[in-house]
Amino acid sequence: MKSKVLGNIDLITLSLYFILVIAGWMNIYSSSYNGSDFSFSSRYGKELIMIFINVLFLIGILFLEIHIIPTISYYIYGFIVLLLVLVLFIGDKTGGSRSWFIIGSFKLQPAEFAKLATALAIAKFAGKEGFKFLSRFRDFIISFLIIGFPAFLILLQGDAGSALVFASFIFVLYRQGLPFYILLIIFVEILVFIAFFFISLNALIVLLIITALIVYFILTGNKKETLNAALLITGISLLGFIYVVFTRRNIPANMVLSFSVLIVAVFKIIRTFNKRKIIQLFIPLILLFYIGSAYSTDYVFNHVLKEHQRTRINVLFGIKKDITGVGYNVHQSKIAIGSGGFFGKGYLKGTQTKFNFVPEQDTDFIFCTVGEEWGFVGASGVIIIFTILLFRIIKIAERQKSVYSRIFGYSLASILFFHYAVNIAMTIGLAPVIGIPLPFFSYGGSSLFAFSIFLFLFLRLDTERNTLFS
Amino acid sequence: MKTKRLIISLIFAATALIFIAKLFYIQVIDDSYKLSAENNTLRHVTIYPSRGSVFDRNGKIIISNQSTYDLKVVPRSVAPFDTLSFCKLTGISKSELISVFKKKKYSYKPILLKKQINAKEFAHIAESLYKYPDFFIEKRSLRTYPYPVAAHVLGYLGEVNVNDLKSDSYYQSGDYIGKSGIEKIYEKDLRGKKGTEIYMVDVLGRIQSSYKNGKYNKSAVAGKNIISSLDIDLQKFGEFLMQNKIGSIVAIEPSTGEILALITSPTYDPNLFIGKKLAENYRRIEHQKYKPIFNRALRSMYPPGSTFKPINALIAMQKGLITDRTVFVVNGYDAGTHIVKDHVSGAVSFRKSIQLSSNAYFCNVYKRIIADKNFESFADAYEDWRTYVKSFGLATQLGTDLDFEKRGILYSHKYFDRYYGKGHWNYNTIISLAIGQGELGFTPLQTANATAVIANRGYYIIPHIVKDIENKGIDEKYKEKHYSKVDKKYFKPVIDAMEAVVTEGTGVSAYVPGLDICGKTGTAQNPHGKDHSIFIAFAPKDNPKIAVSVYVENAGFGSTWAAPIASMMIEKYLTDSVSRPWLVKRISEAKLVK
Repeated sequence: MKSKVLGNIDLITLSLYFILVIAGWMNIYSSSYNGSDFSFSSRYGKELIMIFINVLFLIGILFLEIHIIPTISYYIYGFIVLLLVLVLFIGDKTGGSRSWFIIGSFKLQPAEFAKLATALAIAKFAGKEGFKFLSRFRDFIISFLIIGFPAFLILLQGDAGSALVFASFIFVLYRQGLPFYILLIIFVEILVFIAFFFISLNALIVLLIITALIVYFILTGNKKETLNAALLITGISLLGFIYVVFTRRNIPANMVLSFSVLIVAVFKIIRTFNKRKIIQLFIPLILLFYIGSAYSTDYVFNHVLKEHQRTRINVLFGIKKDITGVGYNVHQSKIAIGSGGFFGKGYLKGTQTKFNFVPEQDTDFIFCTVGEEWGFVGASGVIIIFTILLFRIIKIAERQKSVYSRIFGYSLASILFFHYAVNIAMTIGLAPVIGIPLPFFSYGGSSLFAFSIFLFLFLRLDTERNTLFS
Repeated sequence: MKTKRLIISLIFAATALIFIAKLFYIQVIDDSYKLSAENNTLRHVTIYPSRGSVFDRNGKIIISNQSTYDLKVVPRSVAPFDTLSFCKLTGISKSELISVFKKKKYSYKPILLKKQINAKEFAHIAESLYKYPDFFIEKRSLRTYPYPVAAHVLGYLGEVNVNDLKSDSYYQSGDYIGKSGIEKIYEKDLRGKKGTEIYMVDVLGRIQSSYKNGKYNKSAVAGKNIISSLDIDLQKFGEFLMQNKIGSIVAIEPSTGEILALITSPTYDPNLFIGKKLAENYRRIEHQKYKPIFNRALRSMYPPGSTFKPINALIAMQKGLITDRTVFVVNGYDAGTHIVKDHVSGAVSFRKSIQLSSNAYFCNVYKRIIADKNFESFADAYEDWRTYVKSFGLATQLGTDLDFEKRGILYSHKYFDRYYGKGHWNYNTIISLAIGQGELGFTPLQTANATAVIANRGYYIIPHIVKDIENKGIDEKYKEKHYSKVDKKYFKPVIDAMEAVVTEGTGVSAYVPGLDICGKTGTAQNPHGKDHSIFIAFAPKDNPKIAVSVYVENAGFGSTWAAPIASMMIEKYLTDSVSRPWLVKRISEAKLVK
């Protein structure tokens, strides 16, 4: 048994994992190093202890009777959900969120393990025979509940970043049958959201209408219908503008345009309903969806969000420069990384990270130390290693005979991707400051344990790929 | 399923590419982050040079530096401390402390808690400061004026303003700069050159180490010392005599143009304009009666009155219109529309005209100047006379090294053309100019300088307040002789007459045995009140060492107040003593202000 496991384990993934953990610890050492002798009570010392404990765990996993895992998936999930509920009541409140259990001198963050538990549950549920994501409404709803419930509980703790991570399950669902156009719609929706901050609402609506007309023409090839729609929208809008001018009402242009689109789209939908013309039906609907989302964004941004949240978003998009307040972290983080240059300042020689200009430098902003001391070479190296690891995980996932293992693998890849991408995007100013750790790098036991166990469970499942069928 | 795997892989790969591109941009292409990183970690500490000192002509120190201390703190790095005893120690009120910390809570840069702590207070604070390790003291230097006189000459320092910052990149906000007087004019010599020391600091602004072992440090260069031409004791004496009076005294060494004393009254103690007291005191003094900040010696324009007569005598002689033997028989002067009164009548000689200050004599002289047949019109003759007057440095900007020098009043003929109509005025219209009244205005400095021209028998050197600058010397223009348009030979009879003024004329109150003082009294008509008392004088007659002009506003005749003051100034300077203590007492105690 033992020799079989060790013989079958994927050495490439194993090496990539250890490269990342060792590189991670070196950077924690650098950012908490203060010139004195090695000490186990320092941050880097504690992290080293945790890495050793972690390795013991991993060895344990390799000897685990793995067939038991699929059977107890729901129990693990249930247990973690219980912990998530419990932490809401007896958890320790640090940094604005109630998400830690304090057990002696240890701090445990159940949210880190909730991702793993959710992966187990969704693998079990979606892996069962006859699962039809689209055509069976019950499957669709239960999948969303399995993913959404822990995310909701984590949101209640006040840890929006960790809750957001559950969105990465969209990749898993996609792999299991969620159609591509839903991914595309989500992608365009993100574009609409970003565009909202850069162009006026008027321009955004006009842009959406023109794009919709062009897409309609390309997909249907029907010039007459496209022209008619364009003329109708223009005509109704003109009437609307005349009305606005004469009554001297304070109605913005985008409202008039959107109203005309609404009339034309509803007319189109009613006419093509029951005619099995999916595209003719779908495009007006999706256009209305985007226009609606633009207004929602407008409303949420200006009426629901609080001032500091607005500022955070504005800083992200570079609309507001605020390098002493909200933007301070990102500004300093970019300075640290940017000052690294091509080859970096050398190990232990970073000035920005060493002199504490970057906050949270050994947790969420650990990538700054990489960028400053190892330069472009080191920083892109880390990105490349992560990407290779992700490819490798997908490759392994695809060779599984058991659907359970495959879904579990995709879950691992998606969550790992989301964490690494959002974390690095945040440090280089491509995403807002969402406090989630960089896997294997950031200081902290919970994150390291959760990701390591996640990865090793998957590797262990892979060693049994020829014996697991379900 | 292949395509789904492909699309997910593509998303992973695209993300990696975007990250790498962005990293390439901020790490390799864009240099601004490297600069920001330096700004973060390198602290340039300015090392202020000691400002040059100023000495008087006898080597007495008149501007020097005193050390003061600033209490500073980096708010972000402060550990909790006993605020109550801290406030007691430093004298900062608790509310003040709280408000400073509130405002600058996140500041990484040191902020100033208390400015300009003096040496005594510093000793007290330094004793217990070890209890508050987050606070530190920075030494600074303040000006001090050992003699509480000559405020206008010495000037004062103030914080640089927006214009200073714009016009000279040497300055940084918070620096001090000369705002007036020697401090302003000789700012570039006095200030020296700032140095810098570069340190590496951490996020809390705490110094970690010297940057590259001080390789890029620049040491400060001390400012140059300056020797002023001022005789500080004479200045002090003059201010003492002028207390409770409005007016001015200017004393010049004729052979060099060096200003020995420049007094404007009322004045103020220059030590009031130091450091943190400046703004408050300036506001207070600015609004005081008779404007102590206004420098009368350079900016008040008085008609010269009879002190102008020697000048007109010299001009007329040079033009060949009179000689030192010219006699006029006078009984007042009939100017057509009115009679110019004169207390002298009958036959008046050249000598007597100055000695007794005959108005009618000089009206006749002036009539000859303006009605001179060598000129086509009165206007031409007037213009020619004007160039003669200006050659004495009167009604011209002399170009001294003092600030805010007024030019004075001496209108061109166009003024009279405009006022009376072209061709509708003659010598009688402007006859008051003969005796230094009317459309004339000279500053005390200009009058003293013109007196120096007479003393020098024909030339002046631009009056200046600085005698020498360390390792540099003074500007060549303060060594150059400016000749008046009157030849040397004409000065002797005028000077003889001016000697007679003091020995047996209108200015006997200026007589001091053995000093050979030559002078001239004057009274400037004042349409707003009592006339101004004026006296010009120099001594000794041969090889003069001092020329002086004295103005006492609203004091009446020149002989009453200005003449004795002038004589005492001369005596004090030449003999370093005063022989008439009773006169010093009477003058200094006199109150001529309402």
